[in-house]
Amino acid sequence: MNTSDVTKQGVRGARPGREAVTGSAAVAGGDRRGRRRRGERAVVPEAEFRSYYGKPILNQIVWQAPDIAGYLFLGGLAGASSTLAAGAELTGRPALARALKYTALGGISGSLAALVHDLGRPARFLNMLRVFRPTSPMSVGSWLLVGYGPLAGAAAVTGATGLFPRIGRAATLGAGLAGPAVACYTAPLVCDTAVPSWHEGYREMPFVFVGSAAAAAGGMGMLAAPVEQAAPARRTAVIGSVLETAAATYMERRMGMVAEPYRQGRGGALMRVAKALTLAGAAGALLGHRSRALSAASGAALLAGSACTRFGVFWAGVQSAGEPKYTVVPQRRRLEKRRADGHGEPGGS
Amino acid sequence: MAIDEQPADPTAAGPGGGPPRMGFFTDTSVCIGCKACEVACKEWNMIPEDGLDFTGMSFDNSGGLGADTWRHVAFIEQRAPLGFQETGVGRPEREPVDLGMPSFERPGDSTGADERGDFRWLMSSDVCKHCTSAACLDVCPTGSLFRTEYGTVVVQEDICNGCGYCVPACPYGVIDQRKGDGRAWKCTLCYDRLGDGLEPACSKACPTDSIQFGDLDELRQRADERLGTLHEAGVSSARLYGEDPDDGVDGTGAFFLLLDEPEVYGLPPDPVVTTRDLPSMWTYAGAAALTLLAGVGAAFFGRRR
Amino acid sequence: MGETMGIRTWIESWPVYRQITGDDRSGRAAAAKSPHSRNLRARTATADRVVKSVCPFCAVGCGQNIYVRDDEVIQIEGDPDSPISRGRLCPKGAATLQLTTGPSRRHTVLYRPPHGRDWQELDLDTAMEMVADRVVRTRRETWQHEYDGLRVARTMGIASLGGAALDNEENYLIKKLMTALGVVQVENQARVCHSSTVAGLGTSFGRGGATTFMQDQQNSDCIVIEGSNYAEAHPVGFQWVMEAKARGAVVIHVDPRFSRTSALADLHVPIRAGTDIAFLGGIINHVISDEKYFRDYLLAFTNAASIVNEDFRDTEDLDGLFSGFSEEERVYDTHTWRYEGVDVAAAAGNRDQRYEERVKDAPSSRRSGRPEQQGAGGVAIGGDPREDPTLTHPRCVFQILKRHYARYTPETVEEVCGIPRDMFLRVCGHLTENSGRDRTSTFCYAVGWTQHTVGAQYIRAASILQLLLGNIGRPGGGIQALRGHASIQGSSDIPTLYNLLPGYIPMPHAREEQTLDDFIAVGAARKGFWSYMKAYTVSLLKSWWGDEATPENDFCFDYLPRLTGSHSAYDIVMEQMRGQCKGYFLMGENPAVGSANARVQRLGMANLDWLVVRDFSLVESATWWKDGPEIDSGELRTEDIGTEVFFFPAASHTEKSGTFTNTNRTLQWHDRAVPPRGDARSDLWFMYHLGRIIRERLAGSTDPADRPIQALTWDYPLDEEGEPSADAVLSEINGHDAEGRHLSTSTQLRDDGSTACGCWIYCGVYTDGVNQAARRRPASEQDWIASEWAWTWPANRHILYNRASADPDGNPWSPRKALVWWDAERARWTGHDVPDFQVGKAPDYRPPEGAKSVDALSGTDAFIMQSDGKGWLYAPAGLNDGPMPTHYEPQDTPFRNLLYSRQRNPARLTYPGENNRYHPDPETAGADVFPYVVTTYRLTEHFTAGGMSRWTPYLSELQPEFFCEVSPELAAERGLSHGGWATVVTARNAIEARVLITDRMAPLRIHGRTAHQIGLPYHWGDNGYSVGDAGNELSSIVLDANVHIQETKALTADIRPGRRPRGAARTELVRTYRQRAGITDKTGMEV
Ligand SMILES: Nc1nc2c(c(=O)[nH]1)N[C@H]1C(S)=C(S)[C@@H](COP(=O)(O)OP(=O)(O)OC[C@H]3O[C@@H](n4cnc5c(=O)[nH]c(N)nc54)[C@H](O)[C@@H]3O)O[C@H]1N2
Ligand SMILES: Nc1nc2c(c(=O)[nH]1)N[C@H]1C(S)=C(S)[C@@H](COP(=O)(O)OP(=O)(O)OC[C@H]3O[C@@H](n4cnc5c(=O)[nH]c(N)nc54)[C@H](O)[C@@H]3O)O[C@H]1N2
Ligand code: SF4
Ligand code: SF4
Ligand code: SF4
Ligand code: SF4
Ligand code: SF4
Ligand SMILES: [Mo]
Repeated sequence: MNTSDVTKQGVRGARPGREAVTGSAAVAGGDRRGRRRRGERAVVPEAEFRSYYGKPILNQIVWQAPDIAGYLFLGGLAGASSTLAAGAELTGRPALARALKYTALGGISGSLAALVHDLGRPARFLNMLRVFRPTSPMSVGSWLLVGYGPLAGAAAVTGATGLFPRIGRAATLGAGLAGPAVACYTAPLVCDTAVPSWHEGYREMPFVFVGSAAAAAGGMGMLAAPVEQAAPARRTAVIGSVLETAAATYMERRMGMVAEPYRQGRGGALMRVAKALTLAGAAGALLGHRSRALSAASGAALLAGSACTRFGVFWAGVQSAGEPKYTVVPQRRRLEKRRADGHGEPGGS
Repeated sequence: MAIDEQPADPTAAGPGGGPPRMGFFTDTSVCIGCKACEVACKEWNMIPEDGLDFTGMSFDNSGGLGADTWRHVAFIEQRAPLGFQETGVGRPEREPVDLGMPSFERPGDSTGADERGDFRWLMSSDVCKHCTSAACLDVCPTGSLFRTEYGTVVVQEDICNGCGYCVPACPYGVIDQRKGDGRAWKCTLCYDRLGDGLEPACSKACPTDSIQFGDLDELRQRADERLGTLHEAGVSSARLYGEDPDDGVDGTGAFFLLLDEPEVYGLPPDPVVTTRDLPSMWTYAGAAALTLLAGVGAAFFGRRR
Repeated sequence: MGETMGIRTWIESWPVYRQITGDDRSGRAAAAKSPHSRNLRARTATADRVVKSVCPFCAVGCGQNIYVRDDEVIQIEGDPDSPISRGRLCPKGAATLQLTTGPSRRHTVLYRPPHGRDWQELDLDTAMEMVADRVVRTRRETWQHEYDGLRVARTMGIASLGGAALDNEENYLIKKLMTALGVVQVENQARVCHSSTVAGLGTSFGRGGATTFMQDQQNSDCIVIEGSNYAEAHPVGFQWVMEAKARGAVVIHVDPRFSRTSALADLHVPIRAGTDIAFLGGIINHVISDEKYFRDYLLAFTNAASIVNEDFRDTEDLDGLFSGFSEEERVYDTHTWRYEGVDVAAAAGNRDQRYEERVKDAPSSRRSGRPEQQGAGGVAIGGDPREDPTLTHPRCVFQILKRHYARYTPETVEEVCGIPRDMFLRVCGHLTENSGRDRTSTFCYAVGWTQHTVGAQYIRAASILQLLLGNIGRPGGGIQALRGHASIQGSSDIPTLYNLLPGYIPMPHAREEQTLDDFIAVGAARKGFWSYMKAYTVSLLKSWWGDEATPENDFCFDYLPRLTGSHSAYDIVMEQMRGQCKGYFLMGENPAVGSANARVQRLGMANLDWLVVRDFSLVESATWWKDGPEIDSGELRTEDIGTEVFFFPAASHTEKSGTFTNTNRTLQWHDRAVPPRGDARSDLWFMYHLGRIIRERLAGSTDPADRPIQALTWDYPLDEEGEPSADAVLSEINGHDAEGRHLSTSTQLRDDGSTACGCWIYCGVYTDGVNQAARRRPASEQDWIASEWAWTWPANRHILYNRASADPDGNPWSPRKALVWWDAERARWTGHDVPDFQVGKAPDYRPPEGAKSVDALSGTDAFIMQSDGKGWLYAPAGLNDGPMPTHYEPQDTPFRNLLYSRQRNPARLTYPGENNRYHPDPETAGADVFPYVVTTYRLTEHFTAGGMSRWTPYLSELQPEFFCEVSPELAAERGLSHGGWATVVTARNAIEARVLITDRMAPLRIHGRTAHQIGLPYHWGDNGYSVGDAGNELSSIVLDANVHIQETKALTADIRPGRRPRGAARTELVRTYRQRAGITDKTGMEV
């Protein structure tokens, strides 16, 4: 029954329509006969995972694979190259240093170009410097590049021209010091998203990335420098490869189901290829230090392996964002656990 | 690192006694699935039409939130009861079956209401959550996304350079990049209207007040009462989503009353703002950087060739 | 200096600087704010003006504010002041900006010459001249002075369709001009939409409009929504259901499908389409046999006690027929249905006799849609019926009713409707517990009830129930007929309908009504307000023919063309097929999609000489000659089609002023916000100038046939752009006295020619020379009735028959249900609403012997428009198919009529023909070829035939494709897959649709068999942005006997997986189906 009356004085006891309760008729109407024995009860025994027509929860990553995976790869290559170049410069390996300085400049330019190319509004790329947002790895990265880019540039240009050697040396060392930051800020960049297979790997991802960067830079050194000067490059490549492979393996093991995309589909294939190339390249680096050809081939394998890693990571991210289970299941488990721990579900019943 | 430093606190009145934090309480239990909210939003914001796409997802042909859909009404058909509602279309009970899987007894085949199965049709209008801790905003490198004096999260169309970072950052799949335009778009909580003292277009249109706009504190209180009423009335599946300031995004500015688990509506069950882990990410990244430095350094030891 | 300043401001505008220097260190708030954001304003705040308007889509009539800047509409939003909508809009209302300003609107006149392959552009003036030419010529060529020896003074060569989307003022000019031209075939959506409402409610209560208004639903204790998809088709009105629900009311939805309305209802009762009389009859039986009726109310206000003629025989006696049926003519002679000793439809006995004689040999007049005249007044009967207040006399209405429904048991309901017994009883329980002295229940219905061969009787059944329960005239009670288009109520009140004149005055029939006196004698009642019929008629004639209308010439009564039968929308098509009707105006209607048997509609048009289409965009009815389905199938070739087609772009509601009458009977004025662009013009402009040109052409004529047009009052002030003043038209509708003063109420009308009034029921809308329909006192400043918002007919009364809200002594039945009551001290009726009663008539007033007219109504005769002052449980007259609703199966049905051997409504109108075949009788050979029940309906996101929604991207994307809804069980039976395609076939045509498999469609158990139902939203057609086959390719033309509404809610069909064949193979498929079913011209024609 309506609890509001139309009295001679007017409507009394009105309540706004938003307070309507569907399914309360049996109660409100006082019609006990018709009352169902139960009303709601726990519905179907809860399935492991439910979703909205299998639609992803997250919006798909809008980045283009060549652009952004390329950006990750080239940035890593540049950063590690700068560091390696600085070492080469300090230890008197000019050919190696020069090659790596060029690589760094080329890499970072390519990386930037890829980033700008990927922007929806490339003309507005300078807006990256409109604010400094410590909460945004991309913002931090942009500012980092503002510092690093000119250093890498100066290092390469002075190296090529022989002009301003002292400035050149300072720039080389500066770039070398900034290099690791450049090589690894992209790990928080991708991990600082809701993409499950990225975010969940945030602890290991920087190691994967620097490992991969080191392998690439080492590979580049092997490819570009005479074998006599390339020993640090080979060692860097081996260290990097080992680090990358170990970190990636550990990451996958720790992430549980959200690691699946690293094993399946395009992401998985790329990761497997990356691993093979990297390990082959590392083996080549270990064995082939006499042969320029083998060295170069190994270097190329390492570079390709590093690129594959970034593409693999990229596609794994895309795959995990596209599947609702990677979002729902871990969160649901977390909730269940919290509920079991007695914290209850916020607002739940 | 200034991450822990909160931005202008969205939960409090803005500096200089600005307006209180404004938000939405979307009570899906009174939604009639009319989609007026979707259209009103499009008309007001002059959003491009989103293309014709027959999805077969009940009456939902919008699919989800995106650059060209800032309100999205979800439709869910379930073999489950709603309070003491009687529908007469439920299939006889048996082990749970997914919708679409035919079961061959007709409703009414078995005698008596008690043996008939249950059915309910849930509808829910989704929107940007205007998170207290908003990942989209945190990661935006241009400052295009910012927190307004109403505590809402808004993209600035003259700033956004389409870097696309906010898109995967949002744990709810809200913000998206518009094809051809390149920029990211989402609900602004009608920032322009609020400035002129107007209510957002979607909540204004809503025929049943399913979308309630107002001072967030007040809405939270109203929602708590509403939850109590529904539970009392036997709608035990009612729950609030996003109203808890202690959740993974520190509570949302647009929260909901749902009648099933969030994932059933396409919402993440326990989203956490990704930047909560950012300090830790930087720590690991720092360690990795040092590792690289050390590794490269180490490479220069040992035999020269 | 300036340089550094520049740099400085530049730096200061750099957010990083603001970050460093301000509070917002992390750059996530104020520091990041952009110049654009700083200058942001709501564009509504920059408008030059805000124009008050009304949503142009549906009959809820939501208020809109139109924001205009630089003569452009920049935004349209809900008007929070509106007591009806409170600022809210549904998706259609919210999309009106795109509708009115979007790119789909046309702004040029188009012309297709006979046999032409494509459109040509034409300038507006030339086009107007050409149309006028054609009207004059066709009229001359087809003029009928006589028909069957009777003077008719008309043309059957021209017809006009459309009006429900137009303003009252526009409909008024259409009806006025067409009538003066002698065109009787004037029709609009009201025919196909709610015509049965007018007959159903009119015969029951005395007026054909909803007895209540939507806002009052908030006061209901129980709301039964049946035959309506309230939440989807009237979404903003539905807030009042939610309002009641929030206060504890029970909401019940009885519908074949579980819809968005059901989702919010407490109880959803699935029912087999086409069986509601069995269901309602079951409740009536329950109420009577369990004595749950409201006896005091029944005795005071209904005809329960009246004694019926002893010759009356019920369907119980005659196995599904009432007495008086003629098998050959298929019509009832209704005189045995009368009250004992009371004459029907005549003020005096001798006239009555004459009437009967005439009617006897003229079934045509019984087919002329007369029951629709009950729109504003009950059936005319003479004399006072004998009564038995003990209700025990075997021939008293109550006992007849009891016997009639005795077989409508819960078991019958279960068998016929497929509603389980316990569920049925639960509905009975809710309804009876929430009715009576202290509680009220309401019924809401719409076209789920009207569009049946027994449509009017569906509504009668609900009326009977509501009278038994005492729910009429009371707060929270009543019957809400949820009307369709923005002004479909208006287009019935000011009817662009063949059988009516404004205010439900019937169009005169050639046989009985040659003179004004005969006309009044046949039509007027002795008692009640309808006894003033002559005053209404004369005032109308005065407003049309002014000084020329004098007592000496019967006030130009002869200028009205005469009917000779049914000339309804569907008869017009038949005339077109026969080649009789040669010219056709489509003014805001799209029959190629919206009318039953869409194919026949197009074939009819292909047989015309000329066609004028006025619409916003090129709807299917404008382009069928080049891209219609028959062109695709090869049945028609463009170059063979001789029809000349004119397309005129119409002005939208934002571009013209006028009134819409919504489902609450409320006339709401909307102001023009901007002028229309290009060649777009209002329909008012079109009619006015067409009339002007024709009048100029005929000015010198001496042909008496042209006199009505020459003498027609046709002077309306024009503005600079030549737009006639809608205000002046409304003022004419309101009427004035001999001195030209505006009248304020219809009781001022006189039959001596001293008053003029264009529509007597709208008299008062211009009281004191003020446009009352433009009143906009905000809802927040008024009570729920909001009597100062716009103007509601009759006389601003919101709840009709509200005298019945008080007991016979004039006190509210209950303190919680007080609406109007007798204030003994002031000796007048008072209360919240305007009393629907003579304010000074005391409850204990009893008419003196021989009292006439209104004085003959007693102080308890709450139904003041009825000639006996009573609500009719039993209709002793007024309907053509029975005094009480009886269950018949639909024309096409898979099931036998379980109750009688008469399968279908015996008085229904059939149109057998090659293109309109019916399905075999159930349980006969071929019956199983079309085994499934199909019903058609609406979606929130689309509007009717789609002209306003399928071209609107924001709406189209929400429901992009035509689909069918089927149960998982049916899908399995027929191998349909979700999201795939299905072909649906009837004897008329085959269409394809995407498949939605859903639990919301439940198979039912009928007669122990499984009944599957298929749901088809009918909005699609071939043109526009979202396209698809039209549901109406499947439906047949078969009509109700009273008002000639088609049966589009219950048909049968077959469904099969896959897309339909293209080209000629499509017709071939239908042919094989017909062959398999053994269909001939006799099929389905059984009485
Ligand atoms: N969104 C929207 N709103 C509209 C319109 C529109 O096209 N779209 N059109 C307007 C117009 S013109 C009109 S007339 C109204 C119509 O308003 P409604 O009558 O509410 O519209 P429908 O959906 O055609 O039919 C109502 C319901 O009747 C059910 N039904 C079908 N057959 C039967 C039956 O035999 N018995 C019972 N009990 N129910 C049955 C259908 O399943 C459907 O749910 O809506 C108006 N409002
Ligand atoms: N199968 C089936 N068939 C049905 C129904 C059903 O339920 N099932 N419902 C029936 C009902 S209730 C109705 S009302 C009809 C509706 O059928 P129609 O009336 O044929 O359909 P609409 O699309 O509303 O057509 C109205 C046209 O008027 C145009 N218009 C709007 N405003 C104006 C104006 O101001 N001036 C002019 N000149 N044009 C204007 C619109 O653009 C639109 O094209 O369909 C009926 N047909
Ligand atoms: S819901 Fe997503 S888009 Fe909206 S504020 Fe939160 S993170 Fe940003
Ligand atoms: S796409 Fe635009 S809004 Fe999103 S993060 Fe990039 S700049 Fe910010
Ligand atoms: S608040 Fe404004 S922008 Fe956001 S969904 Fe509503 S209408 Fe759209
Ligand atoms: S406008 Fe309101 S009722 Fe309609 S779909 Fe949106 S939230 Fe639901
Ligand atoms: S279509 Fe009807 S309910 Fe929707 S806004 Fe217009 S008038 Fe209101
Ligand atoms: Mo209608």
